[in-house]
Amino acid sequence: MSLQDNVWTLTLALLALLALVFLFVVTQAGRPAADGAAVQKKAYAMRRWLFAALLVLGAGVAWGTLVPFPIPPQYLGTLAPQVVKVVGHQWYWEMSPTRLKAGIPVEFDVTSADVNHGFAVYDAQDRLIAQTQAMPGFTNKLVHVFPPGSYRVLCLEYCGVAHHGMFGAFEIVAQHEGGQS
Amino acid sequence: MSERYPPSEVLPARERLWLNLYAVTALAVIVLMMLVGLIMRLGQGAWLNVPPDLFYQLMTAHGAALVGIVGLGSSAVMWFFLRKYVPLGVAMFAANYVLFLLGAVLILAAVFLGHYAGAWTFLYPLPVHSMGLWSANAAAAFMLGYVLIGVGFLLFYLDVMRALMKRYGSLGRALGLQWLFGGEIDKSHPPAAVASTMVAIVNSLGILGGAIVLVICLVNAYVPSFMPNTLLVKNLIYFFGHVFINCSIYMAVIAVYELLPRYSGRPWSISRPFVWAWFASTVMVLVVYPHHLLMDFVMPHWMLVVGQIVSYLSGLPVFLVTAYGALVNVHRSGMRWSMPSGLIVLSMFGWAAGVVPAIVDATISVNRVMHNTDWVPGHFHFYLLLGVLPMLLAFLYHLIGGAGARERAGDWQAFMAYLVGGLAFVLMFLAGGHASEPRRYAVHFARWLAYDRIASVAAAVVIAAMLLFAVRITAGLLRSSDGGAAHGAG
Repeated sequence: MSLQDNVWTLTLALLALLALVFLFVVTQAGRPAADGAAVQKKAYAMRRWLFAALLVLGAGVAWGTLVPFPIPPQYLGTLAPQVVKVVGHQWYWEMSPTRLKAGIPVEFDVTSADVNHGFAVYDAQDRLIAQTQAMPGFTNKLVHVFPPGSYRVLCLEYCGVAHHGMFGAFEIVAQHEGGQS
Repeated sequence: MSERYPPSEVLPARERLWLNLYAVTALAVIVLMMLVGLIMRLGQGAWLNVPPDLFYQLMTAHGAALVGIVGLGSSAVMWFFLRKYVPLGVAMFAANYVLFLLGAVLILAAVFLGHYAGAWTFLYPLPVHSMGLWSANAAAAFMLGYVLIGVGFLLFYLDVMRALMKRYGSLGRALGLQWLFGGEIDKSHPPAAVASTMVAIVNSLGILGGAIVLVICLVNAYVPSFMPNTLLVKNLIYFFGHVFINCSIYMAVIAVYELLPRYSGRPWSISRPFVWAWFASTVMVLVVYPHHLLMDFVMPHWMLVVGQIVSYLSGLPVFLVTAYGALVNVHRSGMRWSMPSGLIVLSMFGWAAGVVPAIVDATISVNRVMHNTDWVPGHFHFYLLLGVLPMLLAFLYHLIGGAGARERAGDWQAFMAYLVGGLAFVLMFLAGGHASEPRRYAVHFARWLAYDRIASVAAAVVIAAMLLFAVRITAGLLRSSDGGAAHGAG
């Protein structure tokens, strides 16, 4: 399962749970309780536990997703053995090199010559696997390790009338086949 | 009359006129922009030929108009209920409307006469880097339209703050800060005052941020040698945009606090958790905006961490105070179901549910594969289409019918159509995001067309329901102007 699949499943499950809670309350809403104040008091007592549980859950998820920090340091020089210079233009990508080795980290140094673009790497199944912004005056460093294959670059930051046609491409080859061309 | 409405909600003729103008304008723009949205989805689904230049113009108009009109409609909700508790006049309310219309004319002219298509976010330097498709004048007209609208809202909020301070002594007391750590809470302190104070403070700051960045961009449009820092401009734009759209929700939710108890028969008084929730939201709305910049890796990383963690925390007041509070208010209450009460419960679901994919996407490692895919319009359409709009519709149905009104034929069918169509519509955006479908694309790959086409059908269903709501409400407002219904009988 991809990260997107996990996110999708989790989101649908949470939405369904929320919908069930609302449906339950809606179906009960027309039947007045003999002691309405007691019903409310009990519900608000439950809320304290829910609050504590959500705090613990949130702290755990934050820790689990932020340590180690998912974005590489940006000001420490070269971060990977293979470096690709990327410049976004309206409406094309300038990239060099475009043939790289699999299994070895690739650093994309991404900037823009004109407006904001979104440098997004898609695999052969059109699945988004990593991205960063391409911004004039700044260089964002994206590091990723790829399996062999053909990859397509799409723009994910609206950049004008041909935004949807701004494609780039690169190849990841097995280590013994060479790369860096 | 007083059986259906508190006397304080019966408006004099002049106030009624301005409120009706807000209501009818909001309904007309919403229906029109829903149709624009449908055209865009049909174009993406390859069922309709929409040339890319036109698509992006429509996209720009759709975003700007709906963000603006939801803000305008929500401010009417806030004005209507807040004026019961504080000395709030109609002059600045009217000025806001007039400036909004002037701004809207400039924006529409920029888009449809000047061919401006730089998106509602006017992300510098795109407005002045169109590759010949629109001029600097068109971009400037668009941004000047924003300035006018911002000035209108700012005037309105200043008037709101003046009235709150006159009634409660200070904004802090109006927000209930005196009860954060102790003291006996005045249960008669209206939730509407708390929410209005938060919005007036936060959105004034947001609009000021917007004013700064608009002036920067306007100067750049005519003095290209003045080149601002792109990252700073991006921060200011997302700060402004995030605060503005969130404040629309916080204004509209006043209708929930005010109306729901009338149908459940249970009061909804403020409490210490309530005061804490609104105080925390005041701070969090201002500092959470870096979650829009998670893919700008050169941002200070501590700001991105703040963006993720505060996004998580921001969900707590929504879930545990407003949505949970609404459910507790309703549960086994002997609820009287009507259009306003049904729409309010729907709005609580829509808001809370929309927060789920938003929070998920605010996780940096998830954002890496979801940012600027259709997941993003998925979550914000969730809480705008199924959250804020039902709040506005509940308010408007309340205006024309009051607590004792009976539904007319077709109302509940339209409600169900809106619910089912709306759910299908937003889920298709989320499904598209799951499949990595980029947002803001005039043309989609063949593998994504199914989402666009199902969404188109769902959008048509939503629009049909919305049209019925709009016609019913407009007719009701016109009747009330003749003295036939409550809010117009003053």
